[in-house]
Amino acid sequence: MTSKLIARVIPCLDVKAGRVVKGVNFVDLRDAGDPVEMAAFYNDEGADELVFLDITASSDNRDTIIDVVQKTADQVFIPLTVGGGVRSVEDMRRLLAAGADKVAMNTAAVNNPDLINQGAAKFGTQCVVVAIDARRVPEEDRWEVFTHGGRTPTGIDAIVWARECKERGAGEILLTSMDRDGTLSGYDIALHQAIDAAVNIPVIASGGAGELSDFAEVIQQGHADAVLAASLFHFGTMRIRDVKAYLADDGIDVRMEAAV
Amino acid sequence: MIAIIDYGAGNLRSIQRALESHGAQVEITSAPERILAADRVVLPGVGNAKAAMEQLHDTGIADAVTGIAHKGTPLLGVCLGMQLLFGDQEEGPTTGLGLLEGNAVKLGDGLKVPHMGWNTVQFTGHSSLADQPEGYFYFVHSYVVQPDDERDIAGVTGYGEPFASVVIHENIWGTQFHPEKSHRAGLDLLGVWLRS
Repeated sequence: MTSKLIARVIPCLDVKAGRVVKGVNFVDLRDAGDPVEMAAFYNDEGADELVFLDITASSDNRDTIIDVVQKTADQVFIPLTVGGGVRSVEDMRRLLAAGADKVAMNTAAVNNPDLINQGAAKFGTQCVVVAIDARRVPEEDRWEVFTHGGRTPTGIDAIVWARECKERGAGEILLTSMDRDGTLSGYDIALHQAIDAAVNIPVIASGGAGELSDFAEVIQQGHADAVLAASLFHFGTMRIRDVKAYLADDGIDVRMEAAV
Repeated sequence: MIAIIDYGAGNLRSIQRALESHGAQVEITSAPERILAADRVVLPGVGNAKAAMEQLHDTGIADAVTGIAHKGTPLLGVCLGMQLLFGDQEEGPTTGLGLLEGNAVKLGDGLKVPHMGWNTVQFTGHSSLADQPEGYFYFVHSYVVQPDDERDIAGVTGYGEPFASVVIHENIWGTQFHPEKSHRAGLDLLGVWLRS
């Protein structure tokens, strides 16, 4: 029997006003479909988990994501992580009650780190995911945390921040390389190695996957626990089962039974 | 009617929908009389064992669950709900419902805790799950049960040391994983329980 958990393959659905969109380097959004239908599709494809990121800017449409989460949870029986616009314990409670298993926080956690402690105390560390958008400081092996969907530099060092998140009760980190996001040039392995060395909680790798080998590389060399991609899957460039078959061939444990 | 016990312990919607996908009639309830009237009962749970037991005692649910367990109503404990079927709970510490012999202890040192993600379950050949193939199930937990009687162990999972991930003792079942989050394998297992 193995003691290591299998590597998870996670499609990410960026949802704006109830529709799935995915940007290249966070701008230039393209519409890729209905979130509930896509969730059901990925469930059948063998996705190990789903992530919804609500990128709706205004609070007017905040309830839209609750509705999407409810409808998805009604027919998708795999874990569901939801993030975007989460600013309070009450926001977390509503998402969890709607059927989310974990809630991801980004900007709100930077602005009010105590929210991580509060969420962990109230719902358990397993519910609290901190999403970190990191950009490499030019010419250095150092990364800066950005907030507001990648628009706002914070001056905070990503490694220091990851460690603080863990200490405050984050159960998982969703780590996005802003330099690589949308470029299809591979994950930022050095970033993942640095964060992995700093914290002993699971890390989901995000940003940059373009080839099947990119997924294996970030798991084997970057020590990522899970790999996340969006448009690659949405546009059918590659399928979940292709990724899993490649990983399995490379000696990485994956959950294969669900391949249709 | 299947009663899913609501004692403020997290997301009940998924387990409700998973049971309904088998055509079951499901009611989420915190009323002891509804639990006592149910044909089957699910004790879910995430969170802290001590807080959960206090809640179960304060609401009279603990007595109701003990009552249905003793009269032979099928009872399924999920995750923390499985752990609470046993006696001594290291988390707290506190004392569980004591419907099954054994205790719940923290996962071993040196492991990433909580144990969160997909892992395999090897079924041990218990008569109720005789034909169940090994499969992947979704786990989120920091404590594991140690049944006194090995014959109660119907499924085993490796994380550090192997631990009991499925227990069955007469009408009382428990799964450490979340069948409602374990895709087809989990839905199939719920189907087996519904026919048991």
